[in-house]
Amino acid sequence: MVSTQPNQSPKALIVLRNVSKRYRRGLETIDVLSQVNLDIDAGEFVAFMGPSGSGKTTLLNLIGGLDVPDNGSIIIAGEEITGFSDSMLTAWRARHVGFVFQLYNLIPVLTAYQNVELPLLLTRLNKKSRKKHVETALSIVGLNDRMHHYPRQLSGGQEQRVAIARAIVSDPTFLLCDEPTGDLDRASANDILDLLQRLVSDYKKTVLMVTHDPMAAGKANAILHLDKGKLNSVSKGLATS
Amino acid sequence: MKWLPLLFANLKRKKTRSLMTLGSFIVAFFLYGLLATINDAFNQGIEIAGADRLVVRNRISLIMPLPESYKEQLKQIQGISGVTYGSWFGGVYKEERNFFPQFAIDTDTYRDMFPEYIIPDDQWKEFLKDREGCIVGKTLMNRFNWSLHDRIPIKASIYGGVWEFNICGIYSGKRKTDDTSQFWFHHKYLDERRQWGHGTVGWYYAKVDNPDNALRISETIDNRFANSPFETTTETEKSFAAGFVRQFGNIKLIIRSVGAVVFFTLILITGSNMAVSIRERTGEIAILKTLGMSRIRVLVLVLSESVLYALIGGGIGIGLAKLYTLGGDPTKGMLPLFYLSGYTIGSALTVAALVGITAGLIPAVNALNLRIADGLRRV
Repeated sequence: MVSTQPNQSPKALIVLRNVSKRYRRGLETIDVLSQVNLDIDAGEFVAFMGPSGSGKTTLLNLIGGLDVPDNGSIIIAGEEITGFSDSMLTAWRARHVGFVFQLYNLIPVLTAYQNVELPLLLTRLNKKSRKKHVETALSIVGLNDRMHHYPRQLSGGQEQRVAIARAIVSDPTFLLCDEPTGDLDRASANDILDLLQRLVSDYKKTVLMVTHDPMAAGKANAILHLDKGKLNSVSKGLATS
Repeated sequence: MKWLPLLFANLKRKKTRSLMTLGSFIVAFFLYGLLATINDAFNQGIEIAGADRLVVRNRISLIMPLPESYKEQLKQIQGISGVTYGSWFGGVYKEERNFFPQFAIDTDTYRDMFPEYIIPDDQWKEFLKDREGCIVGKTLMNRFNWSLHDRIPIKASIYGGVWEFNICGIYSGKRKTDDTSQFWFHHKYLDERRQWGHGTVGWYYAKVDNPDNALRISETIDNRFANSPFETTTETEKSFAAGFVRQFGNIKLIIRSVGAVVFFTLILITGSNMAVSIRERTGEIAILKTLGMSRIRVLVLVLSESVLYALIGGGIGIGLAKLYTLGGDPTKGMLPLFYLSGYTIGSALTVAALVGITAGLIPAVNALNLRIADGLRRV
């Protein structure tokens, strides 16, 4: 279940209560997010839509522990992360969050295998275990045969699949995808969206995705609209209609 | 260790820039190796000089002689347990560029005075029997591909003519630092053949019972010969060697000055390259932080990259210097102890690591303080 009303779901994975975020630009203060409330259950595929500057990416950054709110609380899997120190947030992110970005953000001098292995280097897994995890993640995204290719040797869609493999390799609690299809052609975008859907349906992952593309949003179970820092409505996507 | 693939991969990122940076390290540490070797070559004599040996020379100058009769007088001074003498011959083998030090020695006492030189007994005995015999250091033998029993012509620059010697023995040193590029022959032979200077010697060595008394005994010696036609200056062998080096100027100061300029420039070059490299990778560092890499780990990663550059470049540079010095003394005689020591290699790698840390510090701190959200915006 996805709700923008407080105290809606007792078993919500992600809970935001009265979350606000402001930025200062010179003397001007900009309210990027204002009193946002949100409950998302585990296993949901949620799309955030809205015009540029509406606060979508900021919301994603706050949920992912990349930034901290000025007010309100964020509770993930029963753990309030709002008061975490920088180092606590870093460790928490490594354990719970998988990130996928519009421009893939792979390390160009590392192979697909090495890119996917990166999050595991921060764990205590030995080389053999890391190999097993990496091969599993690459097989899920269908790139086992490209593991020793460098990003420049892959298509955009393949690069994004490597990025998704990197996001899921440490088996995070949820995935945050910021415009994951924004730099892809339609066919590749559909492949990526199908893959995200499969992660939700087959592997019970929770996926939060920011997008401008209504077609992409339509693949989600729920679509949340943001405007001027406020969550306005929840609408069903094509996947549930 | 598991981050090494990323560190090495980063070296390959901008190949030209990496090669330039490595090149500057290679040149700098090659220079460091050579300068340190030259400095060591000048100072090795001081390091290995015997603490219990005094050098007695003419007060006016080293090239002025002393009477041979001083030997007995020196032996009578309390605290002196042995006396020997030597004279500079100053010849060349065949042509001027084949210079090396030749000493006419007192064969009765010289070997006891310098126990650090090893000569087989049978060869020494043969040398004593042959008035035209000589003992040659191992390095010098190798330099001219001489063999035992070869007859060697030496053109005498001071005494004139060509003097011929038979190689009766080869000496080596107990320590790697011992000078094995010398040529010794009988002082009696020198006295027989030279046209002038009979009954004189170049300098004396006196062995003291207790090195703590060296200063007092030096004063006693100089007082004994004060107001004579041949006044003396006596000092420890170490002090004598140091004075000899000082004649060439303050080598250490010159080397340190050049080294300081080179390394300061190196820090600027590497620091600038690292700063540009890290700035280009702001987005990637933000991603690493996003994935859960701690700030300290980011700092260490960037510093490690800088240190890796320094150690690879420094290692190659000092390695090339080692190869160069394996060729031996490039001056063919002026720097007999010309070799790159393990200590210098170790200190070069330590300096390289420190330069790497210093150069990488500012970029590393910038990476440490990078806010993820800001970094991601710059992708």
